Amino acid sequence: MVDEQEGGLSPVRIVNELKANEITHVVWLPDSETNFLYQLLESDATLNLIVVSREGQAFSTAAGLVIGGKKPVVLIQNTGLLESGDSLRGWGIGLNMPIVVMVGYRGWNRRGVTSEAEVALFTEPMLNALGIRYYLVENDSDADRIGVAFADAERLGRPVAILVGDEFHGFNR
Amino acid sequence: MIDVSDMVRAIFPYRGDAIVISGRASRHWAEISERPSLDLGLGDPGMGGHASFALGLAMAQPDVPVILFDSEGDLLMNLGALPTIAEQEPRNLYHFVMDNECYATTGGQPVPNAKRIQYDVIAQACGYPSTFTYGEIESLSRDLEHILSLPGPVFVAMKVTPEIENLPIGQRLRWQTRTLEENLRDLQSELGVSQRAPHGRNMRVVKA
Repeated sequence: MVDEQEGGLSPVRIVNELKANEITHVVWLPDSETNFLYQLLESDATLNLIVVSREGQAFSTAAGLVIGGKKPVVLIQNTGLLESGDSLRGWGIGLNMPIVVMVGYRGWNRRGVTSEAEVALFTEPMLNALGIRYYLVENDSDADRIGVAFADAERLGRPVAILVGDEFHGFNR
Repeated sequence: MIDVSDMVRAIFPYRGDAIVISGRASRHWAEISERPSLDLGLGDPGMGGHASFALGLAMAQPDVPVILFDSEGDLLMNLGALPTIAEQEPRNLYHFVMDNECYATTGGQPVPNAKRIQYDVIAQACGYPSTFTYGEIESLSRDLEHILSLPGPVFVAMKVTPEIENLPIGQRLRWQTRTLEENLRDLQSELGVSQRAPHGRNMRVVKA
């Protein structure tokens, strides 16, 4: 087990992955890990940004976009994932929506210690309880898992999660 | 107070090619609709999500009017949807809110501060460019043509008569004639949208 990651997950790589997967809309609630990503998304004319006020909004918004023929991605923190449990269940799983949710993995690290917040303890158990497949992405070398997640969501007709575990570098650095 | 059945009948002549997300008015709307493939009676996938869902659908299909029959209990669960809708400015979204001052499907318990909330004022303060409020069918009927000619997002609050249900859910009248799966598939077919979701897997059956 390695304590620290080699290199980080660059915002440009994330945006490129979203484009490569033909994402039309980014539905999100900003968090401290992703503020630099926000600047990139805002300046990119091909990605429509929808900022929600509460994470539970994101899944019903994304469901409407999917039914209307678009391909959104939901971008939230794991705290918001917990908040949006029923919305994810009903509007995501219940309607068989192939929605990928990128989750900032607050509190995650490789040492088994949740120094920042205990929310990390509940993140994967919640996804498992809902039967949602997930992938951990820590740095640029993992970024191809984003495409795998999108392919899974389409194939399974279910939400799939990407846990962004970039503890040491962060999008905002 | 406006009867929900009167409300949907008043809107019906102006429906045109609009998608109608019928919410708590679904039973009444299904009785008169002549375009069921453009109707979306979702049941209750997750309370509090109808306004956001309508926003997503309206943004995905900007050339198709979207009429939402929302309810105040649903909206109260997610008032934060209003500034998002106002910011996105979907010109094709007509957001009707049925305010019966209670949770009718759970027996009629009052929503918080039921008598004094002004939903149109909230929507206006959140940035909706056009907002209205009605307490009787005559004035609503008089203004509907104008309301539906305005660029969205338009918000219309309506005081409606509660249709309180007290029977256990399993004993309630089933009015649906299509499954949710069929409902979504029909709409996507009507819109010419390729079906990304493999509808049918784990899909709840709400058919009568």
